[in-house]
Amino acid sequence: MRHELRLSGFGGQGIMLSAVIIGRAAVMYDKIFAVQTQVYGPEARGGASMSAVIIDSIPILYPKVREPDIFVIMSEEGFLKYGKGAKENSMMLIDSSLVYSRPGTPHVLIPATTEARRVFKRDIVANIVMLGALVKVTKIVTPDALEKAILDSVPKGTEELNLSAMKLGFTLAGG
Amino acid sequence: MSRVEFWQGNTACAEGALAAGCRFFGGYPITPSTEIAEHMARSLPKAGGVFVQMEDEIGGIASVIGASWAGKRAMTATSGPGFSLMMENIGFALMTETPCVIVNIQRGGPSTGQPTMAGQGDMLQCRYGSHGDISPIALVPASVEEMYSLTVHAFNLADIYRVPVFIMADEIIGHMRERIEVPDKVQLSERKPVIDPTHPFRAGCDLIPGFPTFGKGYAVHVTGLTHDDRGYPCTTNPEMHEKLVTRLFNKVESVRDEISLFETINTDSKVVFISYGAPARAVEQMLHDHPEAQIGHLRLKTVWPFGERCLSQFPNAEVFLFPELNLGQISREIERHTRIPVISIPKIGGNLHLPQELWEITERYL
Repeated sequence: MRHELRLSGFGGQGIMLSAVIIGRAAVMYDKIFAVQTQVYGPEARGGASMSAVIIDSIPILYPKVREPDIFVIMSEEGFLKYGKGAKENSMMLIDSSLVYSRPGTPHVLIPATTEARRVFKRDIVANIVMLGALVKVTKIVTPDALEKAILDSVPKGTEELNLSAMKLGFTLAGG
Repeated sequence: MSRVEFWQGNTACAEGALAAGCRFFGGYPITPSTEIAEHMARSLPKAGGVFVQMEDEIGGIASVIGASWAGKRAMTATSGPGFSLMMENIGFALMTETPCVIVNIQRGGPSTGQPTMAGQGDMLQCRYGSHGDISPIALVPASVEEMYSLTVHAFNLADIYRVPVFIMADEIIGHMRERIEVPDKVQLSERKPVIDPTHPFRAGCDLIPGFPTFGKGYAVHVTGLTHDDRGYPCTTNPEMHEKLVTRLFNKVESVRDEISLFETINTDSKVVFISYGAPARAVEQMLHDHPEAQIGHLRLKTVWPFGERCLSQFPNAEVFLFPELNLGQISREIERHTRIPVISIPKIGGNLHLPQELWEITERYL
């Protein structure tokens, strides 16, 4: 059941936090294994940021993502830098409000940022909308684990907002 | 009993220190070690400890040495540029036999180099960087779990041998998050008490004197100058200097096989990998991907002192392959201890060796 997940967007969207939430959901609540890594550096302040998670039912040896089979792409630059070379049988979730390119590989369009703004008047939860959609489409972790990991990770007072964003993600992904 | 966490390596290091009873952190934040200082800044006051952000790394290690003499388990964390600044006071800690833990989350050097990228370029610096004949201890974690357990172990070794102990991790292990089982309790060793207060630096046959605590009972003179058993300077007596520095050297070197920690796989193999830190994970993946090849693996958890006994675990070895995130620093140390060819597989720039790339090199020797 090994999955290699790569998330990319621009600094400030919560790309890093998203990866931590998925890893945490897998380890703490689905009781499987995960390793999360990220690209540090000036990218975190704008530009293309990237984080990655490997999920497996057995302990993970090599910690770096080599050939991702799942992508979450939230910026055009992120797509060009990290999403363009996706392998044939991979699945890509694209925030269609911010990414204009489309890959030749299987993908799902989620207007996460537009919808987060329309429904919650808060762009900032777009990453959580994408996580909801990701879990709905790929079942990489269980919805229950995702919910608990989100609650562990978001600032106090924003729990309801973030859970609503997750559910919006489920809906946009066809659930 | 234990509990499961999904922690970053740097968090595990800080938590390990707290579990080991560390109650003082003095340092200056630097990428990629900053999360350790942040975690200690948040946690130490709640645990009755003290966190001080000093003016620089020189002050950081100085404050740690002072805290240790005041009776506390103390640590600092840094990376290459800060580590270079600490060298003078690390020598002072070695000469004054001050237990302390120094964490270096290695990045690309020299100089300010690559702040956010992984390296293992300080492996010889931790051994030889401070002047004089010294013998410190250096541990090298290869997982988040070991960032915790080896940090606890480092505090114990520091107290047992009265030396600075280095955790020589790298950016990959420091920054990655993974599953860790955190034990409820850890084993802690005690500092040995002073037998004769008038000669606090007098050592028995284990070459390690007891450790007095500042403010408890009697005055002790602590100096970086060559000193006698009372702690008083004695700088022109050749025999005194030879006796002192030989003891400082031998108290660690004479027990290097006891201190040395390592793991082995496929000990009958002719082709044997040696690794430590993040590259060990690439070797492990390659072994997992090619089980039929029965490749050997010696993973070092202790690099200094180097216990050469670990090499004799592989009696059929015909070649040692050694990937490091530097230009072959510890490969050279291995060459000193064996007639078997040691092939260095260096990589600098920040990326980790790919398992596939290690396999392609391995195939040449099968």
